[in-house]
Amino acid sequence: MPETTRLTLRGGRVINPASGTDAQLDVHIEGGRIIGLGAAPDSARGQIIDVAGHWVLPGLVDLSGQVGSPDALSRGELLAAAAGGITQLAVAPRVDAGLDSPAVIGRLRDGARALGLLRLAPIGALTAGLCGEQLAELGLLRRAGCRLVGQGGQPIGARVLRRAFEYARGHDLTVVVDAEDAQLAAGGCMHEGAVSAQLGLTGIPVAAEVAALSLALALATTCDTRIHLHGLSSAAGVALLRAAKGAGLPVTADTPIWNLHYTDLDIGAYDPAFHLRPPLREAGDRAALREALADGTLDAVCSDHRPYDGEAKRQPFARCAAGVAGFEALLPLILDLVQGGGLPLPRALAAVTSGPAAVLGDGGRLAVGALADLCVVDPGRAWTVDASTWHSGAQCTPVWGRTLRGRVLLTLLGGQAVYRLQEPADGR
Amino acid sequence: MSGLAQRLGAIQYDAQGRLRHLLTLEGLRRETLEELFTLADSLVEVGARSVKNVPLLRGKTVVLLFFEASTRTRTTFEIAAKRLSADVVTLDVPASSTSKGESLLDTIANLQAMQTDAFVVRHADSGAAHLIARNVAPQVAVVNAGDGCHAHPTQALLDLYTIRQRRGSLAGLKVAIVGDVLHSRVARSQLAGLHLLGVSDIRLVGPATLVPQRLAQLGARVCHDPREGLADVDVVMMLRLQRERMAGGFVPSDREYFELYGLTETALTVAKPDALVMHPGPINRGVEIASAVADGGRSLILPQVTNGIAIRMAVLAQTAGRGADTDA
Repeated sequence: MPETTRLTLRGGRVINPASGTDAQLDVHIEGGRIIGLGAAPDSARGQIIDVAGHWVLPGLVDLSGQVGSPDALSRGELLAAAAGGITQLAVAPRVDAGLDSPAVIGRLRDGARALGLLRLAPIGALTAGLCGEQLAELGLLRRAGCRLVGQGGQPIGARVLRRAFEYARGHDLTVVVDAEDAQLAAGGCMHEGAVSAQLGLTGIPVAAEVAALSLALALATTCDTRIHLHGLSSAAGVALLRAAKGAGLPVTADTPIWNLHYTDLDIGAYDPAFHLRPPLREAGDRAALREALADGTLDAVCSDHRPYDGEAKRQPFARCAAGVAGFEALLPLILDLVQGGGLPLPRALAAVTSGPAAVLGDGGRLAVGALADLCVVDPGRAWTVDASTWHSGAQCTPVWGRTLRGRVLLTLLGGQAVYRLQEPADGR
Repeated sequence: MSGLAQRLGAIQYDAQGRLRHLLTLEGLRRETLEELFTLADSLVEVGARSVKNVPLLRGKTVVLLFFEASTRTRTTFEIAAKRLSADVVTLDVPASSTSKGESLLDTIANLQAMQTDAFVVRHADSGAAHLIARNVAPQVAVVNAGDGCHAHPTQALLDLYTIRQRRGSLAGLKVAIVGDVLHSRVARSQLAGLHLLGVSDIRLVGPATLVPQRLAQLGARVCHDPREGLADVDVVMMLRLQRERMAGGFVPSDREYFELYGLTETALTVAKPDALVMHPGPINRGVEIASAVADGGRSLILPQVTNGIAIRMAVLAQTAGRGADTDA
């Protein structure tokens, strides 16, 4: 569909957490942007898609997911994101894909633009080569379009972090802080507790999260730098976040969807689908995360999509790669928390749209004039996660074989359909 | 934790409820242990015969796959399998394909393609035996000869068997497990086995770095004072202090460890006068145990080794020997 063509999504329930809108409205799109909500802005007619009985949501915004490297983006994983309704994804720097120069940032953006499935928001490297010693060219990274900078899980000492905070503030950058102290977590592959004791696996203590957050919050207090805490997993972490927000610190935070659903007990007999980082912790931690999501203390829930499969997962538990495929499970699993009670629908949807969009400073809303990044969802549709329904190249995921409820039918990026659910032959 | 134990243990039984693998004592049925002990009772005398074998595994191929160095366990498994008349292959792992980059499961798949019937596996990673068991053909048995810090079920079985031999029953005994519990697969299996056999007074004894409080959640009392931990016990199960771990700062020195936690005759005075002293070996004399105790009248260290062969024979016979085509 050319960008100038008019498109109307007719009769859907439009839910826009950013504005509190929840109403049956037509959505009119032209030139890649939303030009009207409700009555048509003029008499011109274009293509009409009947979405009655379905939800129209802002495209999901995911603060953590892997889709290849700047020079080799994975079309398959980007398509999996689109199938999950995700239209904007923050990409963290990695040792093998360091986003520490404007040229690399440019290549990543160009690659994503060429594929046209998703908007990528690169998180620039905080230090050169993520070595944790020399600051990366933060000012130039900002100029290249990065709004966030972070270490991508690599260790950094307190002194360099402090300098980074100060320098980042001067360039209007948000610093992403991983909620794990590398030294305390070293060698660990799961939560340190009764289950790790029984399985004989080296644990990552909650203290690793507390230490990382405490240092970051202490520095943020003195530096007045905007920080985003990535990957909260514990009740203690939530308590620190809540106190920091209560004190008025400019801090936001996310948790992976998995930590809201599972605990370390789910590892069972060394199931690699539950080898995750941050680790799955105990039931009390999961409850605290759910509560923080419901009351708005947590700003965002991410998929933490890391599509490992094959040899990466066919290893003894401690040796297999940490992370699983999750783009397509993000929305159904968030909706599952609503159905289970305790999480209001607007909060649930805000956590995957306006909340993370506010961290990135862009997107996540349905409004006249905004980019037409949105998805159409059948909230009641049940589907079983198997090879016929899953788009990611990795099948290692906690939800494999599970029946989920809530399915993305259509994803638009700038008004263009980038994903449309293929109906089965029986027309179900 | 019982739910987790069940999940760890479930894979060990076949559809008919027979022992298919031995990966861990967690989640096993008590009668399974009793059956193994009874079978071991009948096999223990094989070693005393002039012709030291029985045909229980004749025609079967058992592969000993040791990814981690071991002399005692590997040798006793090899003797056990041979006394059952199995064809035994010991894989020299450092010279094998795995050191050329082949994955663990590819190695297993290749060996399985050679019509092997059982794998006895030692691996440095917890859960390795479970991983292998999930990926072998239905007729293949897997016996865990020690995986990381998780389990060493045959060692625990032989320990329990040795106590049973001396005391008739384990019910009502007071047992102390002393030393580097944190890193010990032996201790975890001993704990699971002791619970299974109805022992309720179990103490885990050692410094807080090697016996952290969270280990109490495994169902034992954590004691950092050996006088408290050894008081009135019937059995002292020593663990090897893994010196290689000391670099990580778990204990300051061999000398301090021996002074504070080493099992000496003096330290033993608080235990029952007839307390049994056990050690899975290899022992570090003058580090975790004094020579006088190791060689003393209460020490069962050598009977443990002898019983290890009978127990491993029983385990191999029950797992690799199941099915209608055995000569059992």
